[in-house]
Amino acid sequence: MPKINLNRVPMPRQDPKARGHNFNEVALGYNDEQAQAEASRCIQCPKHPCIGGCPVGIDIPGFIKAIGDGDMPEAVRILKDKNSLPGICGRVCPQETQCEAVCTLAKKKAPIAIGRLERYVADWERANVELADSAAVKSAPTAKRVAVVGSGPASLTAAADLAKLGHSVDIFEALHVAGGVLMYGIPEFRLPKEIVQNEAGYVGSLGVKLNLDMVVGKTKTIDELLNSGYQAVFLAPGAGAPMFLDIPGENLNGIYSANEFLTRVNLMKAYRFPEYDTPVKVGKRVAVIGGGNVAMDSARCALRLGADEVFIIYRRSEVEMPARREEVENARDEGIQFKLLTNPKRFIGGEDGRVKAMELYEMELGEPDESGRRRPVTKPGTEHTIDVDVVIVALGTRPNPIIPSTTGGLETTKWGTVVTDEVTGRTSKSGVWCGGDMATGAATVISAMGAGKRAAADIDKYLKG
Amino acid sequence: MPNIHLFKVAAPDVARKAQAGQFVVIRVDEKGERIPLTIADWDREEGSITIVFMEVGTTTHRLATLKAGDSIADFIGPLGLPTHIEKFGTVVCVAGGFAVATIMPIARAMREAGNRVISIMGARNKDLIFWEDELRSVSDQMIVTTDDGSYARKGLVTEPLKELLEGSEKIDRVIAIGPSIMMKFCAKTTQPFGVKTIVSLNPIMVDGTGMCGCCRVSVGGVTKFACVDGPDFDAHQVDWDLLLARQRTYLNEEKRSFEQWQCQGGNCSR
Repeated sequence: MPKINLNRVPMPRQDPKARGHNFNEVALGYNDEQAQAEASRCIQCPKHPCIGGCPVGIDIPGFIKAIGDGDMPEAVRILKDKNSLPGICGRVCPQETQCEAVCTLAKKKAPIAIGRLERYVADWERANVELADSAAVKSAPTAKRVAVVGSGPASLTAAADLAKLGHSVDIFEALHVAGGVLMYGIPEFRLPKEIVQNEAGYVGSLGVKLNLDMVVGKTKTIDELLNSGYQAVFLAPGAGAPMFLDIPGENLNGIYSANEFLTRVNLMKAYRFPEYDTPVKVGKRVAVIGGGNVAMDSARCALRLGADEVFIIYRRSEVEMPARREEVENARDEGIQFKLLTNPKRFIGGEDGRVKAMELYEMELGEPDESGRRRPVTKPGTEHTIDVDVVIVALGTRPNPIIPSTTGGLETTKWGTVVTDEVTGRTSKSGVWCGGDMATGAATVISAMGAGKRAAADIDKYLKG
Repeated sequence: MPNIHLFKVAAPDVARKAQAGQFVVIRVDEKGERIPLTIADWDREEGSITIVFMEVGTTTHRLATLKAGDSIADFIGPLGLPTHIEKFGTVVCVAGGFAVATIMPIARAMREAGNRVISIMGARNKDLIFWEDELRSVSDQMIVTTDDGSYARKGLVTEPLKELLEGSEKIDRVIAIGPSIMMKFCAKTTQPFGVKTIVSLNPIMVDGTGMCGCCRVSVGGVTKFACVDGPDFDAHQVDWDLLLARQRTYLNEEKRSFEQWQCQGGNCSR
């Protein structure tokens, strides 16, 4: 019985004060000693609950043992057998609620830092391409063609799996780069864009053809794809339509949806304006409304652009915040202020049409609502005003209606998501599968990847008759 | 005098689907911003889209330096909902400045649908008169104005518009496209006559596919996204002051960007 070591190796991070002024990665990654030390803590328990906790079923004990054995090419091979985007997952997966939550050592409050090790292996591969030998094993080409709509995590995963199974895959992406939320949503300091492009490049190296600037529903419809030689379509355009509060003053200048703010900053690199042409308003006092990962990302970007003060405004209390614990802590360490149990009432503008203040209510928690969380209730007479010059509304997103409105026979729910079988990914339309945020509403990168894997497996069965 | 350019761009997928009233979003190069430009014309066989633009700021100046054979990094479309075309009866098409390019395919489609088309085009002076013969060729009647009287009739487009509405001929629909202030005044002109007036709004955009909300406008008190709900809207319902204010959001940044462009010697490559 190996000796149990409960000393979890911490992740080195940039200093909180310094990192509030740059867009470089906050988490610096393990060095070789740290990775060895953490990998050696894994007791290789026979039950390995971690594998079941992973939405894509990575052989976690396998790659960790390979690290411990000093066999990095083997670690890469095991990891990439199931996960085509390990550099991305190692950074943005909420492992603490997935594989690490069920780790045998989690009971002793010291689960193996699986996410950090995954990142270590992925980063090693990128730095040691010649040694890695990560050429994928591909099946013989079938004569089948699959169209994949979108190039975010669900699509990249499905495309990679289908290509490895020998099918010919074409991706259709509306934006001018591949990656979806990985490019426009998650900031550079959490997920460097170079890594996203590198991993999208890996998918391309499997023979997947990437068509950018193609808006399915406008440039081509789903029926046109099905009638032009594709035997199957995997629909994963994401849930890109932003939600607003619908309160007075919301259209004042300086009020952004998080999608717009993050797209300007991350995708269009507004943090390097005027070297890059797209501008973004740099506020002195910025309010971010919401409590999820997107709200944290928005707040931390606003800080790095040069805000003096950044506030998170959230209508429930901290325990109900859906953001990753780690990102809430990172935000707090960087000096972002949290106004909890607070909700906006209206925005106040100046003569120039720009937001200059907002009126807020205090909230208290009542009975649970459909999400199981206690419902926030306005406390009357608690209105108070704060000065703000930029506001970012990070309430969440809904599926964009462009595709459902141009696709006959595709059943949708009242929230605009596509009705999809959870196991197979099939929709009501013959030859069309769906996965990711378009099927579930806004969720995580890894859950989208899991959906991509399941759909690819079912599409493969369908294509092989 | 700001320069107006007409570009024919090879874009077979866009050309195949383009309809009157739609637009494209373009990005000139890797560091460029994404901007919307209306589709002035298309040729499905040739696989081309015609865009018309005026040199205003950095992006349009950079675009203007491109020559035949050069490439635009990204050319996305067709976006937006096409203009609603139907046999209404008599349709007046009003074009301000180089928006005559946007109105042309609409006037043509209205004529093809059996409407009597009266076109009014106006520009500040005769140097900015553009595509007059093209618009005339798809209209049953044509009126041209210049603000300073240097060509054709002196005055603003709203004057002949008002005369038509006051005249004996029943006007069933008005389409007005041009700078926001011009569309606002066309709306004010037609409102007392109760004639349905459609405008094509041109707020700032980033993606053009409904994912960011930058282009939000207020129509009938409800927030709409011009890129997916428009760009056509009922002129009498539009909150013009909000549109004008939102179009001014980045004036300082636009100036700064343009100054940098000029310092670089107005050189496209970077």
